[in-house]
Amino acid sequence: MGAPARALPAGARLTPLLLARPRRALTLVERSVRVYKTKWIYIVSGFFEPLFYLLSINVGLSHLVGSVELGGHPVSYARFVAPGLLATSAMNGSILDTTYNFFFKLKIAKTFQSVIATPLGVADITFGEVGWAVVRGSIYSVGFLVVMAAFGLVTSPWAVLDLPATMLVALCFASLGIAASSYMRTWQDLSAVSLAVLPFFLFSGTFYPLSVYPHPVALVIGLTPLYQGVVLCRGLTNGIVDPGLLWHAALLVALSLAGLAIAARRLGRLLTP
Amino acid sequence: MSALSLPRRDRATPLWSRALFGLLVQYRRTWRSSVEMNFIYPVLYLSAMGIGLGGLVNRHLAASHAAALGGVSYLAFIAPGILASSAMQISTQEGTWPILGRFKWERTYLAMAQTPLRAKDILTGQLAFVALRQLMTSAVFVVMMWAFGALTSPEALVALPVGVLVGLAFATPCIAFTATQETDAGFPTIHRLIVIPLFLFSGSFFPITQLPRPLQLLAMATPLYHGVALARAATLGHLATSASVGHAGYLLALALFGALVARRTFERRLVR
Amino acid sequence: MARSPVVSARALSKRFGDFVAVDAIDFDIWPGEVFGFLGPNGAGKSSTMRMIGCMSPPTSGELRVRGLDPATDGPEIRAHLGVVPQDDALDDQLTVFDNLRVYARYFDIPRREARARAAELLSFAQLEGRGDDRVDQLSGGMRRRLTIARALISRPELVIMDEPSTGLDPQARHLVWERLHRLKREGVTQIVTTHYMDEAEQLCDRLVVMDHGRIVASGSPRELIRAHVSREVVEIRVEDGDYRSLIEELAPLAERTEQLADRLCCYVADGDALVAALSKIDPRDLHPLVRRASLEDVFLALTGRTLVD
Repeated sequence: MGAPARALPAGARLTPLLLARPRRALTLVERSVRVYKTKWIYIVSGFFEPLFYLLSINVGLSHLVGSVELGGHPVSYARFVAPGLLATSAMNGSILDTTYNFFFKLKIAKTFQSVIATPLGVADITFGEVGWAVVRGSIYSVGFLVVMAAFGLVTSPWAVLDLPATMLVALCFASLGIAASSYMRTWQDLSAVSLAVLPFFLFSGTFYPLSVYPHPVALVIGLTPLYQGVVLCRGLTNGIVDPGLLWHAALLVALSLAGLAIAARRLGRLLTP
Repeated sequence: MSALSLPRRDRATPLWSRALFGLLVQYRRTWRSSVEMNFIYPVLYLSAMGIGLGGLVNRHLAASHAAALGGVSYLAFIAPGILASSAMQISTQEGTWPILGRFKWERTYLAMAQTPLRAKDILTGQLAFVALRQLMTSAVFVVMMWAFGALTSPEALVALPVGVLVGLAFATPCIAFTATQETDAGFPTIHRLIVIPLFLFSGSFFPITQLPRPLQLLAMATPLYHGVALARAATLGHLATSASVGHAGYLLALALFGALVARRTFERRLVR
Repeated sequence: MARSPVVSARALSKRFGDFVAVDAIDFDIWPGEVFGFLGPNGAGKSSTMRMIGCMSPPTSGELRVRGLDPATDGPEIRAHLGVVPQDDALDDQLTVFDNLRVYARYFDIPRREARARAAELLSFAQLEGRGDDRVDQLSGGMRRRLTIARALISRPELVIMDEPSTGLDPQARHLVWERLHRLKREGVTQIVTTHYMDEAEQLCDRLVVMDHGRIVASGSPRELIRAHVSREVVEIRVEDGDYRSLIEELAPLAERTEQLADRLCCYVADGDALVAALSKIDPRDLHPLVRRASLEDVFLALTGRTLVD
């Protein structure tokens, strides 16, 4: 291997992340792009799901719900829900690759075992896989943002920051996804992942405000990753911006870092025992 | 080895039930992974949409004095929709990857085909298996509905066979299609471009009268609309109408048509 | 009482579109014998097996299994048939015991009887004590023995096996052959396809050699060798791959010579005599190999190709 095993700085022993070489990680992103170039249909069709949800809300649910309180004044239900779906599409875009596809590459195709024989290290692999997931999540988000704009649901110049916000969401779920998947041993374990994603989608304040919940429950949900993305995107898209949003962004960053650290350590243990 | 190879029985057990037995033994080993889709997902949707979103809807409708939902709570309105929709989800999930696996990877059907079972027995056993699972899932969901207070009449028990009927109406065409496939490449597309739109636009979450007229007509031509309408008629207690007969007839016709096509594709796949 | 064949075929053919997999073959298989179909991949062996096993309808010609016609009496024939497919088709998620139990149920064997037979067959397969292990934990050889055992659940008088020892290591192969020898002692008729000449020689009482859908020779292994090749073969290898001069010099001394990709085969009655003559003709230290002729040589003589590509 390229890195001299002896002369490791103290920090790197804690987490292999500090040994990452960004350019090498990019080669892994490149590889994923090449794989998906022929399977673009998967990416395109994955984009339809939030679009259908948006349509059904606009056409069907908005009449039943009326308006929702947001930042002091009522907004249409569509303007309330759409940013939540935006954050969700970033999550969906990144989670698939970092769970099922990642598990497949790790255990069955043993892609990483052959990669680790090259100068690439565990940190490079981690960043490479997460990087691709962020790219994919961002593609979904940009697409959805365009659709939202077409529906007239983007009402503020702050919405430009939706892009980095969704990248942050994608990053968070990618790192948590890889961290979780690295503990899985069989395909049955993996279905626990989709079991976790649905509650996030349903209960993170996308479809109704957290005020519906009893206070302790609302507190707990207030700390979960998708909720941060929902609040961020909702504020930015509708122009209701206050410094409180930074707290949500910071939480996403913290969760991402934790996920990355766990993922790198686990991968290190799995690939270089 | 004696010349009398098989013990004489007074009445041989039906061939299809032997196939069903094989699938049930398999299911005993793998049921855990299906628990979440069959039982947990529908309950989550019911809670989130029925209670969370339902709060918003009920309040708005009460304030505007609209009777869009026929006078019931949002929870009671969507519950039968979720029952029918999860029957669809289960059928399309079970009717794709596991079927291909039994042809190609585990080759369960091939093992069956070496025995006295014929292609149509194998198919019938498979459909019986799907029906049984749908029955179980619907039963659990109806109990959930009752616990949530979403049932208003004893006719709601009819929701059980309705769930089975919806399940078969989706399972048979799916299975017929899968028998012609060599890879799973087409399956995600089915999910994203057929299952999801049907899920959202068949009247589960809002009456299809909200849709523009041409889309309404389109929705009424699709199977899930009839499944939702029939299930809702059962759980809300207005089954005895000609509309119900129409819905049931549509689903039955689709299930039968799918079964006939499946029989042909099964035979072509197993006897080449 | 006149003996009638267990399986008989006349002008049996199988076509897939334009491709002719089996081309008008005739054969008879008698009770109690081990009958082989020997040929390379693509010769039509598996297609023939599938037709005998009533899993694929013949395109034309006549086929009778135990006097019945597969086209009309498929299920009845299969009820008394044991099938060992090439790729096992075992259920990996189930235990060894469950695989046998479920298969027994397909034949409508009552539960208690099925359990008794399963135990009996576990010991036949030398898998005692592994009844509760999952199939995906077994080695390749164990899986194959299990598949053979499973095929016997209905106590069939006829067992058909497609490439029974392909993919197994030598020790596993011998274990499988040993089990099949035991089956033969019990009077079970066996039909085997293979592309391994040693398997054909070990197992088969009679066999047919197939190539491109046709039968090119038939008989017992000894008859085939005696009819088509000499008794012994001398194999010579040279580094530069140029055998021309050798062939010129040896041809008058041998019944036949055959140049393969990596060696020269000389077919003679007495190999040592040829080796002695060779050392006088060619000064190089060639280390020729003398061996007895095999079914591989028969196939080579009949088709000009080897059994294994």
